[in-house]
Amino acid sequence: MWNELAGGALIGIAAAILWLGIGRIGGISGVVANLFLLRQGHRSWSLYFFIGLLVAYPLYVYFVGTPDMQMTSNKMILAVAGILVGMGTYIGNGCTSGHGVCGNGRLSVRSMVATCTFMAFGMLTVLIMNNITPSFANTLGSIK
Amino acid sequence: MNHKIMKMITPLAAGIIFGLGLLLSGMTNPMKVRGFLDIFGEWQPALMAVMVAAIIIFAVAYALSNKMKQPLFHGIFHRPSLTQIDARLIAGAALFGIGWGMVGLCPGPALLNIMTGQEDILIFILALLAGNRIAHFSVGPAK
Repeated sequence: MWNELAGGALIGIAAAILWLGIGRIGGISGVVANLFLLRQGHRSWSLYFFIGLLVAYPLYVYFVGTPDMQMTSNKMILAVAGILVGMGTYIGNGCTSGHGVCGNGRLSVRSMVATCTFMAFGMLTVLIMNNITPSFANTLGSIK
Repeated sequence: MNHKIMKMITPLAAGIIFGLGLLLSGMTNPMKVRGFLDIFGEWQPALMAVMVAAIIIFAVAYALSNKMKQPLFHGIFHRPSLTQIDARLIAGAALFGIGWGMVGLCPGPALLNIMTGQEDILIFILALLAGNRIAHFSVGPAK
């Protein structure tokens, strides 16, 4: 609980620094789109932000320890999910950071609708995969 | 300090802090994220705190920015201009939600996890970039 609160606070602080410092919304799907050639003119801040994200990992490992990371090894599921995340965040202009943190923090109704939608579909997807097709659950690293 | 330098340092620092927050909160662990989304099963609600804390802090910063003419190191605030709730928004958020639920990775944690050196992460990232392009060329460029 405390780690989650502190981690969330750090995410909020990072988004605040980006907004108050250079007037940019800290949306990662935007950063990805900027970086990989789809949107010209926003590339440099996105690149520095991306480098920062990567640098955080060894810092965390050095000062705190190796973080837990358990994920499905089913390559088909990884590929399909990746395509859906890539398409969805591009079409919907945001993900958990741009809509979920910054948009909701701005009290944007559009972002609230987006957040409720992706949360609902995420929950539904987990429900279906874990319960209606229980054989999936093992390969997916279900919590059960 | 020179604005040019601050325009590099600001997003770099924000990226590091953002990444540390994702790691500390456990958002980078797909199994934990799927546990959070499993509200009808063995729900693990702790990740709710991540969103709440982050939103509150950003909301304060955003309110503060309404009193500022411009950001500290840049000419203008790039305020998001879209407000409409349309099929494109809903369809995009729905597709993202399905992909997020399938593996438990959203874009930030996916990028960070490149550093774990796991090949499986690269499959997800490459698929994500392909998804970006499929959307770009089929549905049209992001606004």
